[in-house]
Amino acid sequence: MIFDALRKLRPARSPRDRRPPAPPRAADGDVLLDAGNVTKSYAGADRELPVLEGIDLQVRAGEVVALLGRSGSGKSTLLRCLAGLIPVSSGTVSYRGTPLTGANPGTAMVFQTFALLPWLTVQQNVELGLEARGVGALERAEAAVGAIDLIGLDGFESAYPKELSGGMRQRVGFARALVVEPDVLMMDEPFSALDVLTAENLRGELMELWESGRFPTRAIMLVTHNIEEAVLMADRIVVLGSRPGTIRETFEVGLERPRQRNSAAFEELIDRVYRTMTGRPKEPRVPGRPEPAGPERRTYTNTPLPTASVDGLSGLAEMVAHRGDRCDLADLADDLVLEIDDVLPLVDALDLLGFGEVRGDDLLLTRVGAAFAGADVQESKTLFAEAAMGAPLVRLITTSLRQNPSGALRAGFFRDLLAHHYTSEQVDQQLETATDWGRYAELYAYDADPEEYRLDEGAASTPR
Amino acid sequence: MSFRTRTTTSRASPTSRFAGRPARMSWADAVVAAAVLVLIYLTLRVGQGTTVSFSTSESARVDTDPARLPYDAARSLLRMFVALALSTVFTFVYAYAAAKSRRLERILIPALDILQSVPVLGFLTVAVTGFIALFPGSMLGLECASIFAIFTSQAWNMTFGFYSSLTSLPRELDELSRSFRFTRWMRFWRVEVPSGAIGLVWNGMMSFGGGWFFLVASEAISVNHRDYALPGVGSYAGAAIADGDLARVGWAVLTMAVMVIGVNFLFWRPLTAWAEKFKNEQAEATEVQRSLVLNFLRRSNWPRLLGRLTRPARHGLARAARVLGVDDRPLRIDPGRRRTGDVAFAAVAGALILWGLVDLGGYLHARTGLGVFAEPLVVGLVTLGRVVVLVAVATVVWVPIGVRIGFSPRLTRVAQPVVQVLASFPANFLFPLAVWFFLRTGLPIDVGGILLMALGAQWYILFNTIAGAMSIPTDLREVMDDLGVRGAQRWRRLVLPGVFPSYVTGGITASGGAWNASIVAEVVTFGGTTLTATGLGAYISGATQSGNFPRLIAGVAVMSLYVVGLNRLVWRRLYRLADARYAL
Repeated sequence: MIFDALRKLRPARSPRDRRPPAPPRAADGDVLLDAGNVTKSYAGADRELPVLEGIDLQVRAGEVVALLGRSGSGKSTLLRCLAGLIPVSSGTVSYRGTPLTGANPGTAMVFQTFALLPWLTVQQNVELGLEARGVGALERAEAAVGAIDLIGLDGFESAYPKELSGGMRQRVGFARALVVEPDVLMMDEPFSALDVLTAENLRGELMELWESGRFPTRAIMLVTHNIEEAVLMADRIVVLGSRPGTIRETFEVGLERPRQRNSAAFEELIDRVYRTMTGRPKEPRVPGRPEPAGPERRTYTNTPLPTASVDGLSGLAEMVAHRGDRCDLADLADDLVLEIDDVLPLVDALDLLGFGEVRGDDLLLTRVGAAFAGADVQESKTLFAEAAMGAPLVRLITTSLRQNPSGALRAGFFRDLLAHHYTSEQVDQQLETATDWGRYAELYAYDADPEEYRLDEGAASTPR
Repeated sequence: MSFRTRTTTSRASPTSRFAGRPARMSWADAVVAAAVLVLIYLTLRVGQGTTVSFSTSESARVDTDPARLPYDAARSLLRMFVALALSTVFTFVYAYAAAKSRRLERILIPALDILQSVPVLGFLTVAVTGFIALFPGSMLGLECASIFAIFTSQAWNMTFGFYSSLTSLPRELDELSRSFRFTRWMRFWRVEVPSGAIGLVWNGMMSFGGGWFFLVASEAISVNHRDYALPGVGSYAGAAIADGDLARVGWAVLTMAVMVIGVNFLFWRPLTAWAEKFKNEQAEATEVQRSLVLNFLRRSNWPRLLGRLTRPARHGLARAARVLGVDDRPLRIDPGRRRTGDVAFAAVAGALILWGLVDLGGYLHARTGLGVFAEPLVVGLVTLGRVVVLVAVATVVWVPIGVRIGFSPRLTRVAQPVVQVLASFPANFLFPLAVWFFLRTGLPIDVGGILLMALGAQWYILFNTIAGAMSIPTDLREVMDDLGVRGAQRWRRLVLPGVFPSYVTGGITASGGAWNASIVAEVVTFGGTTLTATGLGAYISGATQSGNFPRLIAGVAVMSLYVVGLNRLVWRRLYRLADARYAL
């Protein structure tokens, strides 16, 4: 073609392209990203509500770091702070020793939802990062084709994203990030929008490539809520706790790659991480003393309602009852093909209601819990109503309504109370769960139009 | 499949992938080339007429020979497209400024909200006087005034749509742009414009449809007891009406219909079909816009060739635009400096507005006193009554019909394009026929005015009701059949709640359109007869003709007030209700 001929005529063209001078390739162990005492908070009703607190984290060349945490633990927020996409409230984030002032020049992001531009072809999507750097068209195309081949997308160059399957789309996401050869590849739950088999395949291929030594980036940072994924991929697993997000524990994964799922060491590590995720935060506890936040001391401020529907938690209770009122949590989740993110709120809810408790790796039902699991609809409502009064926010709403002569209160009243301790999104979530639980328990009713809670007397006495 | 583990040196050069199919000349290419050539020739030929000199002392005389109609139609079309181009540029600049600058946003968006409610026709006089002064002795002044009138009917809508698409850009696309350090230029053309493209095209099409009305109204206008006329279909029809020549009016109506349908077929259909590629959904859509013209264009080699020819220019432009900077947001903002800037900005903007208000107050006081507002406020109530009756009657008539059409896919296919054309057909074109009808039947204009206003406005209600009925899921209708829910109960439980959100959208447009139409509908002329109704529209129209600026300002301000008030008090509440309760 003409362009080929042009290229031969002007071989000196590419070096003239204004690509910023690449920093020398980092040696293994060099600190690439450094977060020092990072906190991040969002504005609440009357004060800042912390999302992240006191995070110290370093990412070094040659390692894969997994940020593991439950939803709401601020792991994606931390990733975006490190990528320079959102400002930290205090503390510093630096890349190769230079504090960030804007988007991090040494990172490229892979998104959960792929974030492909549907109006561009695969190749044009992959070229975007180079185009932004002002790389010339020919060199750009060459690099893009290289990355497309590397990631197993050859043949799809001229396809549009909507013609591709989810797995192929995420490959485009990877190719687009890898082609700019960032120091750190940032991945925000890259496999969670894919089906199980596709995710498994893509993970495997990615780690193969990482091991092969031809991987264009020097480090990977992965955000996930999937424990197995973290153990499969990472050299280091950083577990974040919730409200506010702090580093609860860090695990070094010394396992050889490719990692064998059924090896004893692998399973043992999974169990350890699982315990950290399900257990209460490790607080300095004096042996022999009762737990600091016992059921009596629970308030709506320190014990938020887990985001669990009544159907979901009673389904879980029935599952556990089928297995003899006790079962291993990790196995249960595995059998149900549920992510830990889906199971943990339900477990928390059972625990909060006194229907179950976590002991070691196991979830076991209490006596009430077993009764709840076996009850018919009316009985289960009675049991649930009693138990729900142990949930602080439900109790607060019920008692407030009882004390109020009219037996009705605007949702705004509770919204204001909660706003001192939760972000507006969390407030909505709390009230939504409280409404669901209270309605099922027939403790109170909620009218969406005037946004009003009122005592559910009608249902308690005589059905109309 | 697995990742390749060997480097690929053997594969074809990357550039060969651009080449696509071999460039074979086909008959499609020849046709497209000829069409483009003809278009360029016509534009030049017609465009020459716009700079013809004329003197303000001559009175306008329009030749109503039907043979002149093609030329007049071309002139009208040129005006429409120039206005559309201006509106698009304005949209980009205004919406971008409002979306990017926190400070400007606070002024630009409320201003847009008000501009949207200002009756465009009321300002036509001001525009005509201003532009004639700007281009003394040339037709260009009148031409500009007409384009300005069309522009003001299109721009606000498009700008609002594009602004909201800019501010509601999906989070991941924003992060993509910043994480990969896109230049600002790239972000705009690669991310922001494509994301808003579908809205922009559809809004443009709707606004363009509304623009015909203002084209017709602005081509022949009398300001301060002087008649001005531009060659065009509108002025042709105006002259034919003045002569009372129904046959020639018929020719004009026919030409208008051909233009509306032709532009739809040759321009908007292909454009909406092309815009499908900007849909930000990751699955193949089932219902897609199709266009014969676009398919034809795609079959020719011209788009590819054009793309290749302009590539160096585009690359050069992108390279030059790097000076506009990189899309990045500073992580640290000095709150003190920010606050100082805010205060300074607010002070300057506030002072300017205050100064303008004081000046206006002084002007009105010196001329007529503030009592000038009293009359429009009172006659406004009459027009308000007309608008309310219009919307109510149109609802009762068109909602059942729209539901009927929307529920039947066969009827929809036939009716939707027809209604679309009816909605964009300038109703003021048909006014003379209506007046002839009023004169024959003795219907007073005070009542007939409602009919005239409805000629244009009612279609929005029908159009949106059809869309709303189509959006009711089939399974819901099947459930109703299954449960035996019929008649009034079915309407109350399913149909009315289902079409409500779309109906509200149509209602807002219809009532806004009716207010605007009142300016030309409350005073109508046919032959030597002029009928004048009592109302705010007639008040403004009268002030225009006599060049009484204080009365004009008062009239326009009061009408804006009524429109804004009606929107705030009624439509916006219904909108919120629809959003909260009846969104499907």
